[in-house]
Amino acid sequence: MSITFLILMIAAAVAISWPLGKMMTWAMEPAGNPGLFRRPFEKLLALIIGKAGENGQGWKSYLFSMLAFNAVMFVITYTIFLFQDKLPLNPAQIAGMEPSLAFNTAASFTANTNLQHYSGENGLSYFSQSFAIMWLQFVSAATGIAALAAMSRSLAGKKTAGNFFSDMMRASFLILLPVAFVSAALLVLGGTVMTFGGPVTAHTLEGAVQTIARGPVATFAAITQLGTNGGGFFGPNGTHAFSNPTFFTNIIQTLSLIAIPMASVWMFGRITGRLKHAGVIFAVMLLILVCNLAAAVHFEAEPTKALAGLNAEQSASGNLEGKELRFGGSAAPLWTILTTSSSNGSVNNMHDSLNPITGLTAMIGMWLNVVFGGVGVGVINMFVFIIIGVFVCGMMVGRTPEYMNKKIETPEMKLALLALLVHPFFILGGTALFAATPWGAETVANPGIHGFSEILYEFTSSAANNGSGFEGLGDNTAPWNIATGLVMLLGRFLPIIFCIAAAGMMSEKTAVPETSGTLHTDTPLFAVVLLGSVIFIGALLFMPVAALGPIAEYLTL
Amino acid sequence: MTENIEKTGLPRLMLTSLRCWAATLAVCCVCYTAAILAIGQIFVPYTANGSLIKNENGEIIGSEMLAQKFEKPEYFHPRPSAVDYNAMGAAGSNLSPTSPSVRERAAGIIEKESTFTQERVPADMLTASGSGLDPHITVKAAVFQADRVAKARNLPAEEVKKLIEKHAVKTGGFFTPEPLVNVLVLNIALDKTGEKQ
Repeated sequence: MSITFLILMIAAAVAISWPLGKMMTWAMEPAGNPGLFRRPFEKLLALIIGKAGENGQGWKSYLFSMLAFNAVMFVITYTIFLFQDKLPLNPAQIAGMEPSLAFNTAASFTANTNLQHYSGENGLSYFSQSFAIMWLQFVSAATGIAALAAMSRSLAGKKTAGNFFSDMMRASFLILLPVAFVSAALLVLGGTVMTFGGPVTAHTLEGAVQTIARGPVATFAAITQLGTNGGGFFGPNGTHAFSNPTFFTNIIQTLSLIAIPMASVWMFGRITGRLKHAGVIFAVMLLILVCNLAAAVHFEAEPTKALAGLNAEQSASGNLEGKELRFGGSAAPLWTILTTSSSNGSVNNMHDSLNPITGLTAMIGMWLNVVFGGVGVGVINMFVFIIIGVFVCGMMVGRTPEYMNKKIETPEMKLALLALLVHPFFILGGTALFAATPWGAETVANPGIHGFSEILYEFTSSAANNGSGFEGLGDNTAPWNIATGLVMLLGRFLPIIFCIAAAGMMSEKTAVPETSGTLHTDTPLFAVVLLGSVIFIGALLFMPVAALGPIAEYLTL
Repeated sequence: MTENIEKTGLPRLMLTSLRCWAATLAVCCVCYTAAILAIGQIFVPYTANGSLIKNENGEIIGSEMLAQKFEKPEYFHPRPSAVDYNAMGAAGSNLSPTSPSVRERAAGIIEKESTFTQERVPADMLTASGSGLDPHITVKAAVFQADRVAKARNLPAEEVKKLIEKHAVKTGGFFTPEPLVNVLVLNIALDKTGEKQ
């Protein structure tokens, strides 16, 4: 039963990704025949953007516009969080955010991470939820798609990287908005809550009082999943029945959290004109995903060790701590793997309560950060491993490595390596600092090894722009807010900058003709090379820390 | 050919960014929210407003979708909640399987429940859900509690079990292994059965 369910879900996701990839390419590359609907849209776009949208931009200019827009995103929302008590749509009378928490939250949603050190029902007003957080969920995802489009155009040898503002608006209006609309409509019809009415007070059957938080959840939940954002309207995210009420809404949300990351690979293939190469990348990603998923499902089906020896009946159920019953058995590990692979970070079960090895599989998804990855940026991260794979092959035969008919030389290699090292540097460095000092050591909820895993998970999630957490961690402190805020911003923008720069520099070179000695990147052989680079580099970087955390915990059981 | 940074200038970039902000905010936040709000409030007002259940006097008893606290023996009990069924601050326990607290909590529940029956306690009754507000328990867990409920209400156990069966749902059809019951709905039905007699 659960195997059939998993196979059907993965197959459905792959099937959706293909037409979605076509649609994304249509949205980002209007060249050729714009069509009846498209022409007025492009005119309107030009009107809104004004002069800055008229010309194509070189990669430097593109990056500069992207950073400027993201800075504006950050400042606007930071201000809203600080002063939400003075703004409208605040029926629950929630206070303004504390500055370090507001910094963390604005950084988190600008960086498409959605790490949440607050709890939605008592930390944010409806105004902040709908017009700051949800806005960032659209435009930060659009930034990711735009960045991938720019890198793809450079690799395709185009003279300009495109225009950032046009790209961002196209991604928002032509990709995210229509898909989010369909998804939100299905969710609200499926039972997700959607109201601006404030909390209500219930008098329970036993005579107690229960105050119930509500809100405009359906719109929020839809874009949360689609944009690999992941932030929940409520504290416990997709476990909350107002956000994810049924088996059916859980399927909608599970599929939508992986759809655009998968489709991004096809968009990359179409813009670069190398669909077969994209197929190889897709296959490598899918293979890692399926292996990780199999491990997670297997280990999560084991009953929790906490109940061993007690007079408890838990033969068929697996580990139920932190899980909701209505989604069924394998829905939890499936979501866990998809959300950590795709840098989404929403949850439908509590990751802190996962069996140790399942917790490890979640971290593996984030450590690699290329198994489909965030919208747009997953492929950008994979580009680093492609470059390394091509480089290693080039060295083996003693040729200057080439990718997409361009020579890869020292400057591009340097940028690729920098992009690669940002990720482990923040994870390992941050974990070491916080595990060794009271900043981290005094905030863990679980004793011993699992406490170390909580710190490790928090930095992993921040650097990978994931946003899920081992939520037992008492992470709303100034050191955590500032450190993870910085890690999220740098972990987001440094790899994008390095990769767009490398691709931009390659676009300026003259093309070298293909010969019999050229390494073909659309073959099974290259799939093996790519898989090898991802697995070996990932293992070398993170195996020691995995042994200190989840593996050690597993062995103590 | 390409526009360069010097020609664009930072002030213009900022201005353009603000224009894009206004446009995306108007469409992706305001229009999108309004459209979905309308769909929800027109077609499915009950669930869109939180599936609130009212009694005959029109007072809200609770939400069908959220667990509420039941401690009395005459009611079915929901799964344990890490936040004591606080629907303004929902959360899971976030406790690891290696944490002794999970075991202590489970042992406490087993001791309490074992005064009525010596059967093994179903695991869902011993584990806190992700939101702390899981509205369901397994049918197994409900049947496990049936004797206690029946005794407290002076009802035949068979009648209580029939009521459970009547309210059993398979949330995901073929793909969910175990039928579930909604605790609040079941308890309301239970109260009504009592009234009839």
